[in-house]
Amino acid sequence: MTQASGTPASGEAPVFYEVDEHPHPEGHSTMLGFWIYLMSDCLIFAVLFATFGVLGGSYAAGPGPKDLFDLELVALNTSMLLFSSITYGFAMLAMEKDRVKVTQLWLVVTAVFGLAFLSIELYEFHHMIAEGATPQRSAFLSAFFTLVGTHGLHVTFGLIWLVTLMVQVGQRGLVVANKRRLMCLSMFWHFLDVVWIGVFTFVYLMGMLR
Amino acid sequence: MSASPTIEPSFLFGRLTLEAIPYHEPILVATFAVVALGGIAVLGALTYFRLWGYLWREWFTSVDHKKIGIMYMVLGTIMLLRGFADAIMMRLQQALAFGGSDGYLPAHHYDQVFTAHGVIMIFFVAMPMVTGLMNFVVPLQIGARDVSFPFLNNFSFWMTVSGAVLVMTSLFVGEFAQTGWLAYPPLSGIGYSPYVGVDYYIWALQIAGVGTLLSGVNLICTIVKMRAPGMTLMKMPVFTWTALCTNVLIVAAFPVLTAVLALLAADRYIGTNFFTNDFGGNPMMYVNLIWIWGHPEVYILILPAFGIFSEVTSTFSGKRLFGYTSMVYATVVITILSYLVWLHHFFTMGSGASVNSFFGITTMIISIPTGAKMFNWLFTMYRGRIRFELPMMYTVAFMLIFVIGGMTGVLLAVPPADFVLHNSLFLIAHFHNVIIGGVLFGMFAGIAFWWPKAFGFKLDPFWGKMSFWFWVVGFFFAFMPLYVLGLMGVTRRLRVFDDPSLHIWFLIAGFGAVLIACGIGSFLIQIGVSILRREQLRDTTGDPWNARTLEWATSSPPPAYNFAFTPVVHDLDAWWDMKQRGYTRPLTGFKPIHMPRSSGAGPILAGFSIVLGFALIWYIWWLAALAFIGLIGTAIGHTFNYNRDFDIPAEEVARTEDERTRQLAQVNA
Repeated sequence: MTQASGTPASGEAPVFYEVDEHPHPEGHSTMLGFWIYLMSDCLIFAVLFATFGVLGGSYAAGPGPKDLFDLELVALNTSMLLFSSITYGFAMLAMEKDRVKVTQLWLVVTAVFGLAFLSIELYEFHHMIAEGATPQRSAFLSAFFTLVGTHGLHVTFGLIWLVTLMVQVGQRGLVVANKRRLMCLSMFWHFLDVVWIGVFTFVYLMGMLR
Repeated sequence: MSASPTIEPSFLFGRLTLEAIPYHEPILVATFAVVALGGIAVLGALTYFRLWGYLWREWFTSVDHKKIGIMYMVLGTIMLLRGFADAIMMRLQQALAFGGSDGYLPAHHYDQVFTAHGVIMIFFVAMPMVTGLMNFVVPLQIGARDVSFPFLNNFSFWMTVSGAVLVMTSLFVGEFAQTGWLAYPPLSGIGYSPYVGVDYYIWALQIAGVGTLLSGVNLICTIVKMRAPGMTLMKMPVFTWTALCTNVLIVAAFPVLTAVLALLAADRYIGTNFFTNDFGGNPMMYVNLIWIWGHPEVYILILPAFGIFSEVTSTFSGKRLFGYTSMVYATVVITILSYLVWLHHFFTMGSGASVNSFFGITTMIISIPTGAKMFNWLFTMYRGRIRFELPMMYTVAFMLIFVIGGMTGVLLAVPPADFVLHNSLFLIAHFHNVIIGGVLFGMFAGIAFWWPKAFGFKLDPFWGKMSFWFWVVGFFFAFMPLYVLGLMGVTRRLRVFDDPSLHIWFLIAGFGAVLIACGIGSFLIQIGVSILRREQLRDTTGDPWNARTLEWATSSPPPAYNFAFTPVVHDLDAWWDMKQRGYTRPLTGFKPIHMPRSSGAGPILAGFSIVLGFALIWYIWWLAALAFIGLIGTAIGHTFNYNRDFDIPAEEVARTEDERTRQLAQVNA
């Protein structure tokens, strides 16, 4: 390495530029960027939780949590999402060992659990709406459907993303870019899990105690 | 349109009918004619000179942070003209509507004008200009070659443009909101604003908000991850520090705006009851939530301006910035405090004495770090060899005007006083005092300061000084009367007046607006004259101001790769240090440079967003579905492109650098 600049000012020659530099590795700030994005998404959920906190008791003479929530169904639903997080973890372990087929297999299992979660949620929504507990019925129901529905929308986009990544892994294998993308989706998926635990506790369990 | 028509939406066109085009409003027809003629002239010229391909390849699809920064500035300047047109229309209306006269603007139109003025000035003038300067300057100041996510940067810009396009569309198709710039419910609810105005507002801000948020993430990552070796956090230029804090604020505040506007949209589109008067809704929750975004927003705008003034003061005083460390801490403290004051925007909500006291005190505390900054700038100038170039003139004007605005702000922070002054013209005078004197003068100082870096020639000083004096004098004429009127109890957003004794103050304010119009005109002339006289104003040194930070270490305009070799930083004022210690430019040993590739996906995604927004506004559901599918499809399609970078060959770098060597030799000869 030649240091090609500067006259010595105080004995030693200062280095003012890098002669032998290495370019930033591809995707060097993606993880940080994705973390920051997730935190901003977390703030959206924070607003929705706060809204539910304010409006959660405004039934407007309509049905309340005890009339509507079926905790056993919600527990089943929660287990679906938690299982999908575990299976995504298995996919990442397989990815670390560069085993494409096993990775894909676990991704499929994750997608199935994710779909099961969404189906049960849609069934629950349908059931409530059929009983007249629509988002328009009261501020409580507006806040409920928006918070839970926004989480559901996130899971839906996660599934679209998952399928896209499976195609890309199928096309190119576990190249660096694909590993990085799977890593991002992993963070996204676990993030949704954490948010759901908040929803389960704050909306369903504490709702039944109101 | 004098009244909002009640229309049964059709499948094909939703609510959109011929009636939506305001052809019976002469003002709007004339405006449309001017815009259309101007637009046709520009488009025709672009076609005649065959510039479309050039623009698309070199600018629209470019991921170069410098070009994106410049495009942001162009957007901000164009929207400034629109926002100012709204302003002068209001001044004229209020100057005319006395003694039984109704003025010349019907209520429906006037209410749109004041709403559009606020929305445009904050979201589509101040935000693009701040983001544009940060985009252009920050990577250069930290010795980087681009931002962390160059494609995302291009996409963010085009999303901001999409929002602006939707706001402009509302002028000629339908209407804009008549709610004031923050669209408080229940007025902005479907019951009281049944037509498209508020929907334009919601979707324009949502789409532009995506761009703002992503650009915030991008610049944080850039500053955290891509600083030149040796540039520790406490050796970062102050502008980069303020940019970091501003982007942290963007990421931590804009999701709140997104969420609250989504809830308002749900109320309007689905019929939920978040902010309604009945079924348990709570309109004050909207006001709380939107100001939890809104207060940090004003610091998002002012912090980069503080950064610019810091760079300008130390450069044109020929001294290191006084109290760098305290400047950084003051910036960080303001960043944190900005989240603890939102309620001072609505003391009159009636939260009770203790809550109001808390927010009143936190608000007053903010003036302490701000005051510290003011003293730092003063002490930087003290015994400095001050050069009164245009950026420095704006800085001095800022210090004078901002202190007045700051003090009236502290007056408003006292809850009992605020109960009297709430929503009065005193408030209007206060925030224009800080936004014009602070943010806008900061942008003007920044433009004059970094223009030679961006284009390789200085701005014409004569027209710059004309613009400066028109702006400063015009500001005092336009806004000091509003303080008086506010103290006399005149509230904001009034269209007609009964009390003839108020008239003179509105006439003075109107005169001030005319002076400001001359200021804007001079600014445009300044740019035109400078381009014509660019050979006389040419700067080949790359460092026309004898400045201190790294962006001045490279050529003007900088090459695509910014720095042939990544600089190594030893001191706070890195470039000054390099000059003092006899840095010599490397002339050999160039290597290929890895750079990101341009992409057309950004403008295409933004185009789909415009269509999606327009379809949602007009209830054209099939079009909305198609545009949404197009949006998602294009986004997914873009991820299948793995070929995102290329290498600038070493020979090309050598050729560019040799050219620069010859240029510098001419200067020294």
